[in-house]
Amino acid sequence: MDVVTLSRLQFGLTAMYHFLFVPLTLGLSVLLAVMESVYVTTGRTIWRDMVKFWGVLFGINIAMGVATGITMEFQFGTNWAYYSHYVGDIFGAPLAIEGLMAFFLEATFVGLFFFGWDRLTKVQHLAVTALMALGTNLSALWILIANGWMQYPVGARFNIATMRMEVTDFMAVLFNPVAQDKFVHTVSAGYVTGSMFVLSISAYYLLRGRNRALALRSLTVAASFGLASALSVVVLGDESGYTASQNQKMKIAAIEAMWEPQAAPASFTLIGFPDDQAHITRDAIKIPWVLGLISTRSLNGKVASIEELVADAKTRIASGIVAYGAMEEMRAHKDDPALMQRFDQHVQDLGYALLLKRYTPNVTDATPQQIEAAAWDTVPSVLPLFWSFRVMVGLGFFFIALFATMFYLASKRQLERHRWILTVCLWSLPLPWVAAELGWYVAEAGRQPWTIDGVLPTFLSASSVSAGDVWVSLGVFVLFYSALAIVDLYLMLRTIRRGPEDYLPDAAHRPVAAE
Amino acid sequence: MLLYEFFRLLWWAVLGVLLIGIAVMDGFDMGAAMLMPFIGKTDTERRVVINTVGPVWEGNQVWLILGGGAIFAAWPPLYAVAFSGFYLAMLLLLASLILRPVGFKFRSKLQGTRWRATWDTALFVGGLVPALVFGVAFGNVLQGVPFRFDYTLRLTYEGSLLGLFNPFALLCGLVSVAMIVAHGASYLACKTEAPLRQRAQRVGAIAAIAAAVLFAIGGIWAAQIDGYSIAGTIATDGPSNPLLKSVTRSAGSLLANYRAQPWTMIAPLLGIAAALGTAAMMRWRPHRAGLTFVVSGLAIAGIIATAGVSLFPFLLPSSLDPQSSLTVWDASSSLTTLEIMSAVTALFLPIILAYTGWVYRVLRGPVTVAQIERESHTAY
Repeated sequence: MDVVTLSRLQFGLTAMYHFLFVPLTLGLSVLLAVMESVYVTTGRTIWRDMVKFWGVLFGINIAMGVATGITMEFQFGTNWAYYSHYVGDIFGAPLAIEGLMAFFLEATFVGLFFFGWDRLTKVQHLAVTALMALGTNLSALWILIANGWMQYPVGARFNIATMRMEVTDFMAVLFNPVAQDKFVHTVSAGYVTGSMFVLSISAYYLLRGRNRALALRSLTVAASFGLASALSVVVLGDESGYTASQNQKMKIAAIEAMWEPQAAPASFTLIGFPDDQAHITRDAIKIPWVLGLISTRSLNGKVASIEELVADAKTRIASGIVAYGAMEEMRAHKDDPALMQRFDQHVQDLGYALLLKRYTPNVTDATPQQIEAAAWDTVPSVLPLFWSFRVMVGLGFFFIALFATMFYLASKRQLERHRWILTVCLWSLPLPWVAAELGWYVAEAGRQPWTIDGVLPTFLSASSVSAGDVWVSLGVFVLFYSALAIVDLYLMLRTIRRGPEDYLPDAAHRPVAAE
Repeated sequence: MLLYEFFRLLWWAVLGVLLIGIAVMDGFDMGAAMLMPFIGKTDTERRVVINTVGPVWEGNQVWLILGGGAIFAAWPPLYAVAFSGFYLAMLLLLASLILRPVGFKFRSKLQGTRWRATWDTALFVGGLVPALVFGVAFGNVLQGVPFRFDYTLRLTYEGSLLGLFNPFALLCGLVSVAMIVAHGASYLACKTEAPLRQRAQRVGAIAAIAAAVLFAIGGIWAAQIDGYSIAGTIATDGPSNPLLKSVTRSAGSLLANYRAQPWTMIAPLLGIAAALGTAAMMRWRPHRAGLTFVVSGLAIAGIIATAGVSLFPFLLPSSLDPQSSLTVWDASSSLTTLEIMSAVTALFLPIILAYTGWVYRVLRGPVTVAQIERESHTAY
């Protein structure tokens, strides 16, 4: 395997591994703040015990999140050096601001959350918990502003003097519509994950008939918070899809396996088997009108098909070649005004010309066959996107149904009436993670072949390191992360099985310090 | 002064502040982790050491994360070259950093002796390796690193992992380890009681003297090795493209700034004086632990500032193709990005310092053996 493939594999694996811990941190931090608010307002110590018990699990999880998060920040530089040079002027800023605004807040107060119980007043401790949750959620905002810019690179321009993209409008980067939708969608998904975690483990206690006081209250909180979050995740996911249909047409066309042009409103392929070679979808079950309605929100809005978008790409490649040619000529004739003008007219398509580097290093001598091939390279793998998206959406609707049921039972005070529903809750535990990982797969694999959509191809973004070095690092990560996963799971399960008593000896009376 | 020049200088200073911030804040918990297996004779004593940093290491680590993010945002070529060039060294650093969060959190969750001994080793490694790798990296930066750019600014690096561990770089690594150990000891002296406190001060005094001596040797050695200087002029507000200048290499130019601007000698003198002062106070003023911590922090500041002043205006010289060297004048972000980052930093850094200060005040006072025994279930 070459360096690019290995680096993608490593980044994908480490990112997906990191995201096993992130959504739970997002969700649980808010749930902890909610539970502690109830404790502070009602003064009932059972709520403080709940905060402490779920806090133990939160602590195990956040340690893994912090440990695997450092890897992510390092990898842009270690494995994607040309990317870092090319877009660091824009992409670096949200990462640094994330540190200043979010990580410091989260990390400084998480220590006090555990160690501050007998050093702070009730209200002070609640403030600490709330600030920790705020920091956690703000960090999601900034990383998604960075990621949103990769999907939809607004407010930046290529500077020929520095050979990189430079920011022209920071406000546009900040208020990027893609980033806003992704933030709310991702944070809601985190809340669903946190809610499901509390819901499932509480269901486990109820099924065992133990820790009822803690489990019933936790379940009620999780069901209501989970219902709101699941509704939000689906509604905002739809918003995210709508935004994508405006700005990332190829991703939508690939997710929907819409190969050929269709008259508006386009039909929606419920299921089918897209064939990436033949450019058709086999055994498709189609529902008329639906795709056009959801993605354009009108009867006559047109959804672009893959074929049309590939034709667009061909035009943009031709235009990009002009920019690339002007850039090359300017090496000999610096500051030639005619060349500069030609370059400026076509610079927005420069990224498309770079797609040709895979076929011919000189770019300008590309044959029509090479341009055709490069244009088809802009289509991501349709089959896995098509199915990942459908499973994710299906799970989203399942979460709404489950949380709604539990919310109804909680309001009727009949949570323990149907054992089978509690069993469903218990076994649904891994599903939010499945949905979240599939969601990231759709977002990132759907962006291929670009690291920055339309600007920089993935295969040009990697570092000039040796494949051997990346094999070594990949091997180290696989071994290291597997070992940590075993330890993490063991400690989590042990803590859950032993239950709150371990951490709250004679809970009601003695003030327990630290964690 | 030109606007772009001003912001580049400002971000050179911010880079220095962040590196010192990493070494002072993250450094004391790494130093404490390195000392833990040696000065903690019993499991409870080791837990005392761990719990002195338990509530604060996470916030400290953000200095490191922020350092990486700020280099990415303000000096993108530096981030690209340093992180990909030192690929395997970075992996080593990363692996040891990953051990820390889980080490602190997981160690005392189970009773087994082997379990705890394993995590103690992990925490020790998580303190030693970053301190060593940072020092070694500095040693290589001072000597120049084998990389070059083509005209599209795609970079090639022609060094190896073992090449990084050359004698001068190893000396820098030892300076770093010694100063971090001394600093960790000065923190433990603030946060523990006898006999841990005495043990920490005994080791700390030796480490501080070692740091001063090794640092002085490094200074003499640096006069012999090749340094870099910009030939001709460079536009201090020009575009961030390293290939627009020419660079010469000559022995002794690492000390050129001190000859040209003698007042900059403050940095190395502070490094030596404060390191010796740390040792002296640990030996003769053991009860002024808080002041000693400040002095050992100043030693770190002096030593890191010395590296920065010696290199200036270089950030990362290239030994392979000196023209490709990264300097303050041609390796920054655009003026707009530097301005935005300056505004955000000016807004948030005071807030961060304020709440960090509040957290340390809440947590003030030593961690005791009695406290750990009382909270055996819940403490780290």
